[in-house]
Amino acid sequence: MKFGIVTFPGSNCDYDAYHAVTEILGEEAVYLWHKDHDLRGSDVIILPGGFSYGDYLRAGAIARFSPIMQEVVAHASSGAPVICICNGFQIACEAGLLPGALMRNSHLQFVSAQVRVRVENSGTIFTNLYETNEVLRIPVAHGEGRYVASDDVLDALENDARVIFRYADAKGNISADANPNGSERNIAGIISEGGNVLGMMPHPERACSPLVGSSDGVRLFESILARVAA
Amino acid sequence: MSKFRIAVHITPRKGLLDPQGKAVTDALHTLGFSEVKNVHVGRYIIIETDAYDAIAAEEAVTEMCEKLLANPVTEDFEIESAVPA
Repeated sequence: MKFGIVTFPGSNCDYDAYHAVTEILGEEAVYLWHKDHDLRGSDVIILPGGFSYGDYLRAGAIARFSPIMQEVVAHASSGAPVICICNGFQIACEAGLLPGALMRNSHLQFVSAQVRVRVENSGTIFTNLYETNEVLRIPVAHGEGRYVASDDVLDALENDARVIFRYADAKGNISADANPNGSERNIAGIISEGGNVLGMMPHPERACSPLVGSSDGVRLFESILARVAA
Repeated sequence: MSKFRIAVHITPRKGLLDPQGKAVTDALHTLGFSEVKNVHVGRYIIIETDAYDAIAAEEAVTEMCEKLLANPVTEDFEIESAVPA
């Protein structure tokens, strides 16, 4: 399977994503330049973390208008998988691929830490190799990761089982203490209505080896392979 | 076409948690401005543009706010009257 990793000016997790796909997963990956209009036959698109366009105006607001995003939106509309991590999640919200927005962390500080998230729905193309309620260790690194949306949108996300990850403690309890950024309802990751676009603030591509403290992110990528191969 | 200058104020949506405004409020209290009730920190954008007239310029800037300058989920915007630049 071929993964296309978009590089915006200011992306800095594109290499981590490339490493995870090619070295850990053993699949093919290509970098896609933000000015291009060609996904080069990619089956799965990754919008990686970083500070696209210096986070000018708002995180993700300018990247949304990059030429490549027209193709990414078309790819998503066709039902194909798109993984939006950290700055990628911010871009996806700005582009309307996912509802809501990511705002400044409630404590105003950049947070770079290993956190725990609880898998809320293992029935998605991104989580089918996890167990529901399983607790994962995945790092976060962001200044604007507080997920917000209107109560109607939050209720709809929960009712449709589209909240995929929530910040939790080691036992899987959802609490304010386990929430690193003040996200509404401890939301760490959601999927689109069609289930094919995933947005999450934690970095699964940085949790792919015991060497870096956790390999809990590997199964997220393997889940896509398992589902698409099936 | 004439040149116009329009100022735009973008502020956090009322009712949403505004940690930046809260931090500034607390700092002002520390400075002794205990009468301060609330502070909201937003953005001030000045746009210089060509337009047929002031109304057309304001309409264009409103569209710019809706499409890019303000986030419809979290922010409100107000535009000032266009002035000849």
